[in-house]
Amino acid sequence: MIKRKHILGGLAALLVAGVALAAGADLGQAQKQDTNWTAIAMFGIFVGITLWITKWAATKTKTASDFYTAGGGITGFQNGLAIAGDYMSAASFLGISGLVFGSGFDGLIFSIGWLVGWPVITFLMAERLRNLGKFTFADVAGYRFDAGPIRSFAACGSLVVVAFYLIAQMVGAGQLIKLLFGLDYIVAVSMVGIIMMTYVLFGGMTATTWVQIIKACMLLTGATFMALAVMLQFGFSPEAMFVKAVEVHSKHDAIMGPGALINDPVSAVSVGLALMFGTAGLPHILMRFFTVPSAKEARKSVAWATTWIGYFYILTFIIGFGAITNLIPNPADYFVGGELAKGLKGGGNMAAVHLAKAVGGDMFMGFISAVAFATILAVVAGLTLSGASAVSHDLYASVWRHGNVDSATELRVSRITTVCLGIFAVLLGIVFEKQNVAFMVMLAFAVACSANFPVLFMSVLWKDCTTKGAVAGGTVGLISSVALTIMSPAVWEASLGNPKGSAMFPYASSAIFSMTAAFAVIWIVSLLDRSAQAAKERALFPAQLVRSETGVGSSSASGH
Amino acid sequence: MKDEDIVERIQKNPKFMKFVNLRNNYAIVLTILMMIAYYGYILLVAFNKQFLASKVAVGATMSIGIPMGIGVLVFTIVITAIYVRRANSEFDDMKDEIVKEASK
Repeated sequence: MIKRKHILGGLAALLVAGVALAAGADLGQAQKQDTNWTAIAMFGIFVGITLWITKWAATKTKTASDFYTAGGGITGFQNGLAIAGDYMSAASFLGISGLVFGSGFDGLIFSIGWLVGWPVITFLMAERLRNLGKFTFADVAGYRFDAGPIRSFAACGSLVVVAFYLIAQMVGAGQLIKLLFGLDYIVAVSMVGIIMMTYVLFGGMTATTWVQIIKACMLLTGATFMALAVMLQFGFSPEAMFVKAVEVHSKHDAIMGPGALINDPVSAVSVGLALMFGTAGLPHILMRFFTVPSAKEARKSVAWATTWIGYFYILTFIIGFGAITNLIPNPADYFVGGELAKGLKGGGNMAAVHLAKAVGGDMFMGFISAVAFATILAVVAGLTLSGASAVSHDLYASVWRHGNVDSATELRVSRITTVCLGIFAVLLGIVFEKQNVAFMVMLAFAVACSANFPVLFMSVLWKDCTTKGAVAGGTVGLISSVALTIMSPAVWEASLGNPKGSAMFPYASSAIFSMTAAFAVIWIVSLLDRSAQAAKERALFPAQLVRSETGVGSSSASGH
Repeated sequence: MKDEDIVERIQKNPKFMKFVNLRNNYAIVLTILMMIAYYGYILLVAFNKQFLASKVAVGATMSIGIPMGIGVLVFTIVITAIYVRRANSEFDDMKDEIVKEASK
């Protein structure tokens, strides 16, 4: 019985790590493994191909528009794959399959939360973004608002989200490389920084998009193969798979029902809001709507993205169960010291990687490891590009130079910013090496849904919204979401090491409060705003409405 | 013709507001359906874990929550496709007609 307790304890710890990971890319303190040459060779091939694409993309990247939006020449189907690639990060692949491996059913709850934001983006935002925006989501709010304050705010919102996300990804990348390739942390982080900078610097959005598309295809192919291999073992009967999983898993039948993931209703709804609306405020996702030539293609992109992401989450669920049925009966091969109680080699998030070895041997495991790493690389490149465009297009060209700047200068500023962000990301990765950074992605989602999303939503859909209201509400959302998230148990107790019960904010997510506060402040301040500027902004709404609904006068692919 | 003139003529066309309302109402109805599906599931997780953990049939291992969860995932994909299909055909045709009338 004592041994059983250990397993439960281990799995509970694993669940906590899994939840953190599902929300972020934190891979914990990974143990350095033996150098894995197959994985390194596979990854080398990926980098070779993508650098060759970057070289091709560089010949097509001549203007600021090429750099930010690939000249607007990406099709809906391609863009859908690229968006899906941005979303299917290493965190969702390794994290969700690890979560399913540890506690079964609970993994499904997270997958659903991550997907349901997409229809809402489609119904309310996608085509309006495409019709009003040019390079960044600040263009949308900047259409009728005072450029200085609204773009400064939007750039801050973007950069905060990008910074939190980048830290999580860089630290995740370092830990993952240690595990998968057996290289040093600093070598790993610097490598990510350099390769990512090369993509963005020379190939701009064209290279970033194609890297993402290739990675998405590799990930979907690999995951499909694994899920099929697992289903084949059970004659394509889910019931047979579940029977076996319940038999071998230490929690037995408990993996078939919801566990302790969500307890109080307030947290349940709040986490739901953050996942649902946070997606609609992530700058590296929003910028992808400007790479397609029309609203029609923008809609197609989200439809494809939703399809691929949903399909992928169903696969990760099968992969998680496949890991239970394949790995637990063979503790000698996959568990530390051959004991179930000591957990999987490399930690619970390695479930998918070990399963790759179980069903496809060393070569396939090398492939999956390389895909996992390529995933981080591609996501980091997208993040850096969206950060660079916030600085060069919003802050430099629009706020500082009042739009009087030629494309070549703007392009030069974006490239300088890219280098700065790359160096910044590597340094942050090194500084945060020993920290638990899972909460960084929670922070990114909290800020995205509480600051960026309300401003975007209200500026497009509410005629009485003014600059003052948007900036005030967005700032309240930004500050309250960061403050409440830091005071929540997951960060205050689990990450910052304060005693249990000392967290001042008891819920799992700030969204229900900070997002509501942002909307309320935008509403009240806008209503109270009686300035001449406010009257001018309200008068511009009808014209904005025509443009956002019909696309008349929006930047087309050619005029882009 | 300049964009500004087209925009002004579209604003004055009563068909335009009718089109905007039609499409927005459709989008709002679908958003509400999505919210019901998702928050319904989440509230079951919060309030009625036993129901989700109960078996699909006597003697089965699979719980009701699993096909329901996969169902929410599939519903999400389908509802997105339904909107995009209608928006890219019927709504875009209406929009094109309004823009064409204004551009004459």
